[in-house]
Amino acid sequence: MSKWTRRAFITSGIVAGGGLMVGIAMRPGNQVKELANKIGEEFDDLVHTYIKIDSDNVVTAIIPHSEMGQGVHTALGQMLAEELDADWDQVKVEEAPAIGEYASYSAGRRYLLSGIDFPNVLIPTVDGMMMRVADTLNMQITGGSLSVRSTGFLAMRVAGAATREMMQAAAAESWGVPLNEVTTENSYAVHELTNRREPYAAFAGAVAEMKPSQTPSFKDPSSYKIVGKYVPRRDIPAKVDGSAKFALDVRVPEMTYASVMRSPVPGGSLVSVDDSAARAIQGVIDVVAIPATSVTNMLGEMRSSDAVAVVADSYWTASRAVRALKITWSETEYDAVSSDSIYAQFDRDISAGSERSADRLEGEVAAAFSGAARVIDADYHVPFLAHTCMEPLNATADVRSDSAEIWVGCQNPLGFRRVVADVLEMDPENVTLNNHIMGGGFGRKALQDYAIQVALLSKAVGRPVQLIWSREEDVRQDFYRPAVQSRFRAAFDEQDNLLAWQNTYTNKNEPIEAPLIPYAVAAQDIGYVSSPIHVPFGAWRSVDHSQHGFFTESFIDEVANTVGKDSYELRAELLRDNPRHLAVLTKAAEEADWSTPLPEGRGRGISLQESFGSIVAQVVEVTVVNGQLSVDRVVAVIDAGIAVAPDGIIAQLESGIIYGLTAALHGEITIENGSVVQGNFDDYKSVRMSEAPVIESHVINSGHDIGGAGEPGTPGIAPALANAVYDATGLRIRQLPIGNFDLNYQVEETGVVA
Amino acid sequence: MSISFLVNGIQRTLDADPSKPLLWVIREELGLTGTKFGCGISQCGACTVQVDGEAIRSCVTPISMVEGKQITTIEGLSSGLGDLHPLQQAWIEHQVPQCGYCQSGQLMSASALLASNPNPTDSEIDEAMEGNICRCGMYGRIRTAIKSVNSSNVASSEGQKLYYNATEVDYV
Repeated sequence: MSKWTRRAFITSGIVAGGGLMVGIAMRPGNQVKELANKIGEEFDDLVHTYIKIDSDNVVTAIIPHSEMGQGVHTALGQMLAEELDADWDQVKVEEAPAIGEYASYSAGRRYLLSGIDFPNVLIPTVDGMMMRVADTLNMQITGGSLSVRSTGFLAMRVAGAATREMMQAAAAESWGVPLNEVTTENSYAVHELTNRREPYAAFAGAVAEMKPSQTPSFKDPSSYKIVGKYVPRRDIPAKVDGSAKFALDVRVPEMTYASVMRSPVPGGSLVSVDDSAARAIQGVIDVVAIPATSVTNMLGEMRSSDAVAVVADSYWTASRAVRALKITWSETEYDAVSSDSIYAQFDRDISAGSERSADRLEGEVAAAFSGAARVIDADYHVPFLAHTCMEPLNATADVRSDSAEIWVGCQNPLGFRRVVADVLEMDPENVTLNNHIMGGGFGRKALQDYAIQVALLSKAVGRPVQLIWSREEDVRQDFYRPAVQSRFRAAFDEQDNLLAWQNTYTNKNEPIEAPLIPYAVAAQDIGYVSSPIHVPFGAWRSVDHSQHGFFTESFIDEVANTVGKDSYELRAELLRDNPRHLAVLTKAAEEADWSTPLPEGRGRGISLQESFGSIVAQVVEVTVVNGQLSVDRVVAVIDAGIAVAPDGIIAQLESGIIYGLTAALHGEITIENGSVVQGNFDDYKSVRMSEAPVIESHVINSGHDIGGAGEPGTPGIAPALANAVYDATGLRIRQLPIGNFDLNYQVEETGVVA
Repeated sequence: MSISFLVNGIQRTLDADPSKPLLWVIREELGLTGTKFGCGISQCGACTVQVDGEAIRSCVTPISMVEGKQITTIEGLSSGLGDLHPLQQAWIEHQVPQCGYCQSGQLMSASALLASNPNPTDSEIDEAMEGNICRCGMYGRIRTAIKSVNSSNVASSEGQKLYYNATEVDYV
């Protein structure tokens, strides 16, 4: 990577290129060719890599993140425009091209390494940026609910503020007035005393020659006009009339279509393929074997097994022809693996406890258990989950002998360009990647396997190819939220005080804090054992929080039930050292009328989970009648520090809750004979309109550091729902999905009727 | 074989395999890409179009079945003269789409519903929209947007409805 980065910078010729820093002048004739159409004609001055100001005073915010429905282009545009004091109606937002100049990490390093005077005030932000970028494992990646709190907070805002100050300075100079008398407003510099107003564009040339402000100051949040206010999302109008262009909608002259099938068991290889029936279908152009690839990137190793694809004149032809292939796959060492065998292995490995690693070890745990008046224990587990983005994986490639062009919707444009270049044995500069808005991402579209496949296909047939995965391929060839088992023990003293919390689970991923609890328990032993599985891991919306939120927030409810305490009250007591958490929990309880009793057959459950820098509490109300579960109402409260785009946060909360609700009610990928059983929305169900509860969302602006929004809604719905089912029926749900339980049967068995 | 039908008011005659699904004819041969592929087995609704005013799943509809019929896709939902269908306007007002991929299908189902039943009940909305999955989970907003149209029968111009309740909470 360093080699590529270095060469890219040398050939780019951009002066201290990169978007993080203020005061970078890029002007026509002084940029790499990919930037040319962003800079435009001779009257455009690119005064900053994140800001373009045209001669008509239109400000373009160039956003180095991908849009998959989360509204990031609008939110980051808001942050930049606010500090720039821009007229929001005259601000355009545009996604950055996949070229190295938008790699924030590289830009920051470049700046430091080249010895250019770096404003002291910004060093912490650059360091912080680099650390956080290192955390998200890439440069232009969109994930980890990070866009607003890293790029937005540390870069867009800085860029806007510094540029605004330069505009003020240029205006003062031009007008011959004192700097402190120049103000800004709606993309204009203003001098009240002489009644002068000139648009920013008038000073673009002067600003391009200036050194950046050494100490850009930020607005007082109380004066915000754009951040924290309702602004309609910029991407929505094109999404209601069919004009929004997803990768699937790309049309290239002479384009062909392909459908693919990869080895059903990960690691299986292609032994033989009888393609006679497939080739006999009219319109089939070629049948191509795609070799296994292994890519090491900053997300770790990604393996993609052997596959066979059909290229045809229509996707419909290609998809029929793939089904007509008679493929023989090799045997693998995983051919006997099933979900049952995986869970049995988890149970053995947890019981053996060998090579257990601790996430948190505090207090006298052993002593607490040996002296306990009462001990409870419980085992939980969750299944594998697929992402099922609405837009199935697809990509289009036009590979020539010395260059290639790729059209794709992905969460990591630079990373995709690099691996495509690698497999084509080309210089990344000769690969042009066009990133499109995504029909959902949820973590899946950070992995490059589908782009690699289409590049190899286009190379093989010598024509542009659009590869579309069938939904079955999309479900069966995912990188999955892993199946996980988690074992708990809790110790109580004679007065029913919780003395100790012990938890061992299988296979740790990220974020590292996901299994930790916010509660004041003196003795805690939280750790994991390694229990390797062959089903490939992928980041699934909220990653490890998706399972640990369910585990810990269900078991703390068991603790409350054990000692006969109210679920909210017990949590509140144990949050005595965490007032921010307590405020969120209490707000949810109040808004949900927690203390008002519900009639028979109904139940209420609560949960609290901090993730990605935001704290979310949820209260769920359910009705269980004759074993039929209905999720009636969800009250959700989020403290994300400051809500940059309040309706955007609410939308993300609603979305994360429904995504998690699908998993809680229906989500289950099962393994038989080493491969995935489910294949489409008929057997891998999604929540539909009639199952969707009313969601009431509340935002707390606590003023703490900005937290993420895309993922924090997801972890808390499953435990709040399971706790509500317990409240209604007395049945403790320790495995997901809930749809597997016969609530009717259980009610009769236990004799417990709510 | 030669098949003729109307798409968004325009007569189309194609020489195509009669078993080819309407979805792929629309997308590949007519160049109308607003209608999406999501599952291929009529489970998700992303491919929903209207045939003679009825919402159908174009991914499982062979073109032989639409001979002589009137097809409306998302591109034909409004007049094309810049004025949006009231539902499209409501979708914007209520900020319904996130990723947006399912929304063509959602709008075609919703507009077929309102055309035959201008004032649907909640359960009628649920029933009509049950075939359309939204993985971004915007069901609440879709429901609200449909109801905002059926209550007034024109798109509200009262401006944006705010869904959130931002609160300052003090704590030490």
